[in-house]
Amino acid sequence: MRIFVKKRRLNRSKGGDLAILLILSIGGIFMALPMVYAICQAFKPLDELWIFPPRFFVRNPTLKNFSDLFWLMSTSWVPFSRYIFNTLFITIVGTAGHVVIASLCAFALAKHRFPGQNLIFKIVVLSLMFSPAVTNIPNYIIMARLGWVDNYAAIIVPAFAASIGLYLMKQFMEQFPDSILESARIDGSSEWRTFWQIVMPNERPAWLTMVIFSFQYLWSQGGAGTSANVFIYSEELKTLPVSINQIMDGGFARQGAGAAVAVFMMIVPVTTFIITQSNIIETMATSGMKE
Amino acid sequence: MLMPEVLIGKVRPAEIRKRMSLLLKEMKKSRISYLFVLPFVLIFFVFVALPVIISIILGFTHFNLLEVPRWAGLANYKRMLLADDVFIIAIKNTFLFAAITGPLSYIACLMFAWFINELTPKKRAFMTLVFYAPSISGMLYFIWQIMFSGDSYGYANGILLKLGIIQEPIQWFTDTRFMLPLVIVVILWLSLGTSFLAFIAGFQNVDRTLYEAGAVDGVKNRWQELWFITLPSMKPQLLFGAVMSITAAFGTGGVQQALTGAVSTDYAVHTVALHLADHGNVRFEMGYASAMATVLFFIMIGTNKFIQKLLSKVGV
Repeated sequence: MRIFVKKRRLNRSKGGDLAILLILSIGGIFMALPMVYAICQAFKPLDELWIFPPRFFVRNPTLKNFSDLFWLMSTSWVPFSRYIFNTLFITIVGTAGHVVIASLCAFALAKHRFPGQNLIFKIVVLSLMFSPAVTNIPNYIIMARLGWVDNYAAIIVPAFAASIGLYLMKQFMEQFPDSILESARIDGSSEWRTFWQIVMPNERPAWLTMVIFSFQYLWSQGGAGTSANVFIYSEELKTLPVSINQIMDGGFARQGAGAAVAVFMMIVPVTTFIITQSNIIETMATSGMKE
Repeated sequence: MLMPEVLIGKVRPAEIRKRMSLLLKEMKKSRISYLFVLPFVLIFFVFVALPVIISIILGFTHFNLLEVPRWAGLANYKRMLLADDVFIIAIKNTFLFAAITGPLSYIACLMFAWFINELTPKKRAFMTLVFYAPSISGMLYFIWQIMFSGDSYGYANGILLKLGIIQEPIQWFTDTRFMLPLVIVVILWLSLGTSFLAFIAGFQNVDRTLYEAGAVDGVKNRWQELWFITLPSMKPQLLFGAVMSITAAFGTGGVQQALTGAVSTDYAVHTVALHLADHGNVRFEMGYASAMATVLFFIMIGTNKFIQKLLSKVGV
């Protein structure tokens, strides 16, 4: 395929190629600019943050903003490391639970035949068509009843059953060859064992995709419009995105530290995506919806 | 499976009993399958399906979380349409945001995915990352607040002041003239997410031989190739992407809240999602908020179904 790309391809004009390159560059710069700006801000010393006219790039990069984070927050009653721990905790527990629970369900929906399976999948697809804003109020009532207000369960447990993860996994598993499952059954392997030892190791692209999507959802919990914002109010349970606001509220000297948190928040999911990109694209190839 | 015939009443009771026992037998045989789906279905029911049902019911009541809900009939819906000016603003804004950001982000996802697909694999992976990164970067959109901060140290103000285009710094996120366009730009910046990835994958998985066959059949340029070959063969991805874009477009509220506060100046960027959170989570008017949620729910489902119908005609 590489050779195919190198030579002038079918139906491709030179002018068109140039136009595409131009549009992609403009679009790319627009997308990257704020991120580059955030990185520059995070490395700017105080005097560069507050000069007029403001400069885009950093001249004398410093790590002071990053070390300030821990220093600033050690004076408040919740240390900064606690916010990091909280975000890591809900992200890891929530994602792990989601991958296991949704994969189990996806496997049965894709590879078993039982009464009600189509109904379950149809409802899950329907749930992709409305956003959590709709269920916000009743969810509050349910959480209050369960006693889960101000408890991580309110964020983690619903994330276990994220419908997008189930949807993608089920679509991907459809392709898994039935013959392999059949021979495992003949060899006397239980469904549970088949699932863990044959299906899951072979469906790595799909569960890595679930990891990315779940990760992304949980990692930003605490920001505006997320459920952590509604359910969590104890300071020691709050998460990284909340700490950005608190740092920024601390006055103008904190802008660099705020940017440092943002860069930290950005690096983790972006790195995960870089590592898993090819797997995710492979999974998305089966994401299609039938009418 | 049995329902329609039973309802019509054409089936004799004996027949029904026979079928029921067959169904039960089948269900017993599928025990293991049910065990596999149980955890997901249970959690999904409690936190996704049940809330929709509760919301529809509560929409017809007055409820403040402390007392027992009181039946209200259509009072909440009347209030929404006749007595709540802010709701009218919110729903107008919601449709405005959805009408602008939905199609634009969908087209941007499709266009950039198409262009990126023309690149060599390494460049393709890099550009995919550049376009996808904002949507996964946590709460990075607060950087827009710094770039467009209201004092002269904000980057946008700084440049404009230096060039002499403005004399006074602009209050970007409180001035009603700038809030709406700026919020739209940020939403678009964040919107190359799941649909974008699905399209990237879709483009890569079109059967290559179709292009050669198409060229023989008279496809002359890349536009014709896109319309007659590529889009029809990635229709399932197009449908999936549409669902993702529409749902996100109507649920909009988080970015507005982050950039302009939970209640923006003159409600200039107030949306239904924000309005119902305001009434539900802040004022504890759960009945009224539920009625709004129900309206939003049907708008989302309705638009999704409608667009699916439209898209199924692509390239045929």
